[in-house]
Amino acid sequence: MNTSSSLVLTADNLSCIREERILFDELDLQFKNGDIWQIAGANGTGKTSLLRILAGLHEPENGNIKYKGTLIGQCNEEYHQDLLYLGHSPGVKAELTVLENLQFNLQLCGQNTDQCVQLLEQVDLYGFSDTLAAHLSAGQHRRIALARLWLTDARIWILDEPFTAIDKQGVKRLEQRVLEHADQGGIVILTTHQDLSLPTSRYQTLTLERVFAL
Amino acid sequence: MNPSLSYRKAFQAILSRDLTIALRHRDDIVNPLLFFIIVITLFAIGVGAMPNVLMTIAPGVIWVAALLSTLLSLERLFKNDYQDGSLEQLLLSPCPVFILVLAKIFAHWLVTSVPLILLAPLLAMMMNLHPDGYWALFLTLLLGTPILSLLGAIGVALTVALKKGGVLLSLLILPLYIPVLILATAAVDAATMNSPYQGHLAIIAALFFASLITAPFAVGAALKVSTN
Repeated sequence: MNTSSSLVLTADNLSCIREERILFDELDLQFKNGDIWQIAGANGTGKTSLLRILAGLHEPENGNIKYKGTLIGQCNEEYHQDLLYLGHSPGVKAELTVLENLQFNLQLCGQNTDQCVQLLEQVDLYGFSDTLAAHLSAGQHRRIALARLWLTDARIWILDEPFTAIDKQGVKRLEQRVLEHADQGGIVILTTHQDLSLPTSRYQTLTLERVFAL
Repeated sequence: MNPSLSYRKAFQAILSRDLTIALRHRDDIVNPLLFFIIVITLFAIGVGAMPNVLMTIAPGVIWVAALLSTLLSLERLFKNDYQDGSLEQLLLSPCPVFILVLAKIFAHWLVTSVPLILLAPLLAMMMNLHPDGYWALFLTLLLGTPILSLLGAIGVALTVALKKGGVLLSLLILPLYIPVLILATAAVDAATMNSPYQGHLAIIAALFFASLITAPFAVGAALKVSTN
């Protein structure tokens, strides 16, 4: 469908300043189809800020992000259709059941909700579909949010700490899914403190250093 | 790219989600309503058994109580969504933000203002409102409370990221409610004196449509600033 090496997402000259502290400066990034990027770095080096900037949730101090050559601010609808962002908080409503949460997440992106039950099976939440999310654990909340990964047309995945509170088995499943997605030509950008158990040739790591000078 | 993306479906999805949450979390509906009842009751008790005084202040008291009870319920419009991360998901939805915001405001209005509008005649009776004023009170509330929700949503969107935005929210929003308050009470007063009040209603309706068109965009922009 599309050429495998085309640049889908590019970031030029990004810099981010938080509380008068430079988190990163003059960052140039190019994400190609099939790429998996791990953003690494100590706490407070701007991993989340970078992901939020890439998703368009946070304005960079300098620089811009282009999706297929267009600034993301100018092609919001197209970019958001192609983007799946999962932030620190899973965005799960405690007052809704597992199934309702998932259905809503899918509807919001205009996705079909017929296969919800199968999706819940993928994330080991089968049998919980009518349980209120308030009665579930943090890991299970994250699983509700992650279930969308198994049914999405979005090519660009930006995942902020997707493995937090997920058990070993789940992490393995998730890494498998990430690899599968990249093999199909998707882009995955994620942050994690754990080492990825993917083949090292398959992913790139960007390590953010702490910048002291101002 | 995605043929099943429909703005109407997204609107309905948010509306039904917010209504479900409100119905499962019933104090969201009951608390502002009880507040509305208690404030008006306190006025009636405080003023004492002076039917004429009550009759004069009735429109103002009912409207101020409606305004304060709306303010009380406004904060939860975006607060929970902000805290659990679903606000980010709304902002990143392929649907334009103003549609999603409009759905949330509509749900909020249905949950908080509709019961209030239905209950108002009963409280008007307690305040000894002139019988000619009932219809005007109903109409002004019906047209005026959506303005309160729409304008209030802008303030909530601006203060959602603040830890204690409650007081700031009142300071931001209450002055904006003044025109609605003046027009609505004037309309009810006019009705009790048997003079035409359609002019007042027309201006309230104009305010309603103006805020309906502009507020969702302002809320969307404010939310983007708040989550930045």
